[in-house]
Amino acid sequence: MTLSHAFLAIIRRDLVLALRRRAEIANPLLFFVLVITLFPLGIGAQPHLLQAIAPGIIWVSALLAAMLSLDSLFRSDFDDGCLEQILLSSYPASILVLGKIIAHWLVTGLPLLIVAPLLAVFLGMPTHTLGVLLLTLLLGTPVLSLIGAIGVALTVGLRRGGMILSLLVLPLYVPVLIFASNAVDMASSGLPIHAQINILISMLLMSLVLAPWPTAAALKMSIN
Amino acid sequence: MFLIPDAVVRFFHRMASPPHFYAFTEKLMPWLVTIFVLLTAAGLYGGLVLAPPDYQQGDSYRIIYIHVPSAWMSLFIYMVMAAAGGIGLVWRIKLAEVVAISSAPIGASFTFIALVTGSLWGKPMWGTWWVWDARLTSELILLFLYLGVIGLYGAIDDKRVASKAIAILALVGVVNIPIIHYSVEWWNTLHQGPTVTKMDKPSIHVTMLVPLLLMALSFKMYYVIAMLQRARVELLQRERNAQWVKNRFLEKQS
Repeated sequence: MTLSHAFLAIIRRDLVLALRRRAEIANPLLFFVLVITLFPLGIGAQPHLLQAIAPGIIWVSALLAAMLSLDSLFRSDFDDGCLEQILLSSYPASILVLGKIIAHWLVTGLPLLIVAPLLAVFLGMPTHTLGVLLLTLLLGTPVLSLIGAIGVALTVGLRRGGMILSLLVLPLYVPVLIFASNAVDMASSGLPIHAQINILISMLLMSLVLAPWPTAAALKMSIN
Repeated sequence: MFLIPDAVVRFFHRMASPPHFYAFTEKLMPWLVTIFVLLTAAGLYGGLVLAPPDYQQGDSYRIIYIHVPSAWMSLFIYMVMAAAGGIGLVWRIKLAEVVAISSAPIGASFTFIALVTGSLWGKPMWGTWWVWDARLTSELILLFLYLGVIGLYGAIDDKRVASKAIAILALVGVVNIPIIHYSVEWWNTLHQGPTVTKMDKPSIHVTMLVPLLLMALSFKMYYVIAMLQRARVELLQRERNAQWVKNRFLEKQS
């Protein structure tokens, strides 16, 4: 079996597992929808106010949903020992881990893209910015999964890793939040957004290349 | 390795052994404290008495003698922590691990001091305790990064595993700090531009600059003292079953 076969096999396996446990797909999605529903209730339903803060609300909610879904990334494999086998295999651990992260994003990140336009309309965002919102989510949420994987790999061995995970991961999410929500903001005022999109792309490429290494190292540390 | 003189290599090898480190730092400590006290006295006297009041800000600018060195130290200590953590990760040197974790609370304190003094200065100058300005925000995020390191270390029971974990986290943080810093800076800037690092002609007068640099050195000295003390305690705790610890303390009792 070549490396690319192993890589694809990992993705396939995780997708099949996720389809067997559909609640895992639904949970972050429901959370995302619920948090966004809470904002108008808490802030008040003035249309211009909601419209002004809509990009921020959607992105902060996406950030929180991504963070909450992280725990499922390695948890079951860690508990039943599969993770050990994956790390012991002759293939580079970072590549296999990248496969797991991609599968996890397909299950938890991609659905956010599907409901986001609906929620954006709820918040009264102008329709011409929906494309930009989707683009930033498409570029930004994989970064959240990749960076989050490092944090979850560090804490997977802990019994109460949840609180500490947010402390580790959220500060590292700040740049994505800034550029993504700003891009949507700019787009709604009709300004060019090339710079933000380029930076988001570079963040995606950089985390795609760099993040699997510390994730694999942290997993090896968590295993023993 | 062959480029480094033998004596230097020997020194580092000996320093990496806990009993030697413990004994050596004990002898070093009085000297470090003396230098620290002298530097602090000179810096404070220069800054609070000799330096003239600022033509715009009056005397309230003098908080920079605490604020600016703390802010410098907050970044510097993070770098030291990550470097020590990386060394511990690669060469499995116990002492580097101990230095990394001993640095974290000190760095967090300096970050906190920088934030508090900044907001104390901001109240009379900007008219508000807190503004969501780039440097304040990235300093706040740096504080969160420190707290993450400390929290992670506390959450893992096996301290050798915990040291590896915080080393990985600190190294990830080092890659991210510039990204976070520039993204926040790009996001919003209200803070005044840098005044010291303009190399050609610093826009700060020399009578104000010299005490500032003295204070920066004194803060570095303080960090070395505090870090070494923490490292010594941490070493004792980790090596409490080792023979050298027993020898040392039984010796003292008798």
